[in-house]
Amino acid sequence: MKTRVVSTTINGDATQLLCEPRQTLLEVLRDTLDMTGTKEGCSNGNCGACTVIMNGRPVVSCLVLAAEAEGAEIRTIEGVAQGGRLDAVQSAFLEGAALQCGICTPGFIMQSEALLESNPDPDEEAIRFHLAGNLCRCTGYDKIVGAVKEAAKRRNAEC
Amino acid sequence: MTALDRPRYKVIGTRPVRHDGVDKVTGRAKYGGDVRLTGMLYGAMLRSPHAHAKIKRIDTGQAEAMPGVRAVVTGQDLPDQGDRIVELGEGATNMRYLSSNVLARDKVFYTGHAVAAIAADNIHQAEAAAKAIAVDYEVLSPVLDVRGAMADDAPILHDHLRTTSPTGETETSDTPTNVATRLLHEKGDVEKGFAEADVIVEHEFETATVHQGYIEPHAATAHWNADGKITIWTSTQGAFTVRQQTAELLHVPLSHIKVVPMEIGGGFGGKIPAYLPPVVAMLSKKSGRPVKIIMTRAAVFQATGPTPGSWIRLKLGATRDGRITAGDATIAFEAGGYPGSVIGAGVGCLFACYEVPHGRVEGLDVCVNRPRTTAYRAPGSTQVAFAIETVIDEICEQIGMDGLEFRLGNAAQEGTRRVDGPVFGCIGMRETVEAIRNCEHYRTPLEGKFRGRGIASGYWFNAGMRSSVSASVNTDGTVSLIEGSTDIGGSRTSLAMQLAETLGITAEAVMPTVADTDGVGYNDVTGGSRVTFATGMAVVEAGKDIQQQMVARAALIWDVEERHVHYTDGSVEGPDGHRLSFEELAAQQMTTGGPFVARGAVNAPGQGGAFATHVVDVEVDPETGKVQILRYTAAQDVGTAIHPSYVEGQMQGGAVQGIGWALNEEYWYDETGDLKNATFLDYRMPTCYDVPNIETILVEVPDPAHPFGVRGVGEVPICPPPAAIANAIHQAVGVRMRQLPMSPPRVLDQVMHTQS
Repeated sequence: MKTRVVSTTINGDATQLLCEPRQTLLEVLRDTLDMTGTKEGCSNGNCGACTVIMNGRPVVSCLVLAAEAEGAEIRTIEGVAQGGRLDAVQSAFLEGAALQCGICTPGFIMQSEALLESNPDPDEEAIRFHLAGNLCRCTGYDKIVGAVKEAAKRRNAEC
Repeated sequence: MTALDRPRYKVIGTRPVRHDGVDKVTGRAKYGGDVRLTGMLYGAMLRSPHAHAKIKRIDTGQAEAMPGVRAVVTGQDLPDQGDRIVELGEGATNMRYLSSNVLARDKVFYTGHAVAAIAADNIHQAEAAAKAIAVDYEVLSPVLDVRGAMADDAPILHDHLRTTSPTGETETSDTPTNVATRLLHEKGDVEKGFAEADVIVEHEFETATVHQGYIEPHAATAHWNADGKITIWTSTQGAFTVRQQTAELLHVPLSHIKVVPMEIGGGFGGKIPAYLPPVVAMLSKKSGRPVKIIMTRAAVFQATGPTPGSWIRLKLGATRDGRITAGDATIAFEAGGYPGSVIGAGVGCLFACYEVPHGRVEGLDVCVNRPRTTAYRAPGSTQVAFAIETVIDEICEQIGMDGLEFRLGNAAQEGTRRVDGPVFGCIGMRETVEAIRNCEHYRTPLEGKFRGRGIASGYWFNAGMRSSVSASVNTDGTVSLIEGSTDIGGSRTSLAMQLAETLGITAEAVMPTVADTDGVGYNDVTGGSRVTFATGMAVVEAGKDIQQQMVARAALIWDVEERHVHYTDGSVEGPDGHRLSFEELAAQQMTTGGPFVARGAVNAPGQGGAFATHVVDVEVDPETGKVQILRYTAAQDVGTAIHPSYVEGQMQGGAVQGIGWALNEEYWYDETGDLKNATFLDYRMPTCYDVPNIETILVEVPDPAHPFGVRGVGEVPICPPPAAIANAIHQAVGVRMRQLPMSPPRVLDQVMHTQS
């Protein structure tokens, strides 16, 4: 199994890593780069816990081969807080009690970041539709939807 | 205690940001699968492709020779257990069954049953080697449902199994059987009760096997050190039960094992059994390296512990003016591949919401070739609520009575005796029904075709059990709280809040930590809705211990007798206007006598029990059978809501799990016993697009056993939804659903049946 060098950018930092063709981006993030903030829930693209943003689009990293990261810009949960400061989505999740066990939270935050970048003022229908690929078993989704609305409000107030 | 009597709290009832929150929104929190140790190996499991088979031979030779493989274990590596029964986690367990469920011995009992485990340098090598293990099976016929398993010609899972009757009324027969246990509870005289009834409704119900659906798969890492000491890192609902299960299964002393509980990505009862820790421990022993296994999602579905599917026959009688006179039921729960379902709980919950003067409940624990069932959020209660709450709806229809009025007329209250014996203390069943009757949702008429409204109630016991904590006062006026209840949903904060309230300080001034099994005293599992209640009692005890130490210290400082000094509202006060705040005493503790270190340890009594009543509006598509939830309101007696946001969260989360159970979730086996839908795509749980907001009404009837009136809230929200939705479907399209899930094909079938 021939390893290859992959040159990519993760959270703004140029990164080089060795990987095998059969490894997924999720595996490489977690096991090679020790970035365990991105979570594994099912490894076949059905739960969204492994969501990262790749070249501006949210993807399930369990269905992306590590080799596909070559030349790409990848953003993970570890890159959301800047200079130690939580962003609007993270703060809204925290203050709105939008997490219980927290395992789905990184995936939801990344998907929400992508949503707000494409639609800065989504209504509840748009939020629920856009987040339907992220499963949560603890919260019943109420407070997550509320947090995304609140984050949108705060962000729009900042501009 | 009424709302007017309710004490005014400073911290309790507020909504502080949870202490572990920042780590969880930045991805820094470490869960079971996030452990990395130097030299760590990755493990994979080999699992049975057959639902029922004898294992004739396992040949690991080829696997052991493959690249990167460092160790292989099978059931033969686990010590023989004999027929020991040990008290573990949530109930007595047969160790032989537990052990062979972890790694099969001479038989496999369900597809996915673990047969061998491999540790290798990376996960891919481990998986490849697992495929190279050769197993000779003698395939047997499986039996997959409880009624088939009880038939005379059923394939028998355990040749030595005989039906036992803990309630003592049946002689033990010597015929091989799949029925492990028969329970029978009787109250009054059911024949007399039915004779008094004006209306009697009797039906049979079936509910499918469903899974807790936690998003984080099971994960465990172990290191068996050169000195024989074992450390296990795992996400679990109970570090102490993992320690005990592992010690018992491997025949090593308890003291040789330290369990470090990682953050846990959901449990709902399913992460009480320790499937992986004994396996990774043995792989570590054989290889001399730490070993980590993360279960695949397919294995989580196939081989962990879903909740029992069931068959229920229920007969209920009532008078024309809405008084229940008698109830009679037989409930059969799937135990799965080994005996030990939660049939006792199902039997106890069936009539619990109501005053039933004459009752009879028979419960059967039945082995089938499915994974060994375990607890899922109020285990057994949702199944029986589905039966009784829909039968009540039918009775109400026949006698022309409003469902809420019927429930109020029969509501269990303080002094009501359950059919299985215990008498209720202070409970809030009536209050939840009234809360629904008065709520805006219920008062808003529902209009439109194919739309209907349904209500249902539910009950869960809630546990007490044992918890220990310790607390150290820091010189900066804060307290380090060490507790051992793994935190599934924010409990470390509700515990910090209870300590803060006791001491008169802020929630932010308490730093809670969930410690490992060496760092804190014994704690029973996080389950049974017990942590805020029982561990809360231990926390309050530790708080009072700090108060007492501070009183003694102040008396020393002021040179007065202790009996003239008292702790009040965050300060210590003495004669002649002496006063020192908590912070002042904390600051000078080292120079006035030494550190303030406190403890609390409780064996809490059982709680009063939790009740919920829900109302749901649905719209049914008569062409596809799809049921859309339009509006949902959950009312629940929550005792005293320590942190209202997280209480609401429990209600919303439980209701949505119940909605999934009602409408889509089920285990789908083919006739050979192969689970066909072991993915999140086909085991269809609700997404946020499937459900509306879940409105919550927190009714507070404090439990007098707890210093702040806490009542466990986590479990009962899952009990009413399937029945409430079934009742709503009936109002919408006139069909009575008696099978779960009420999936589109089933609803459509009933609708078309009614139309023709």
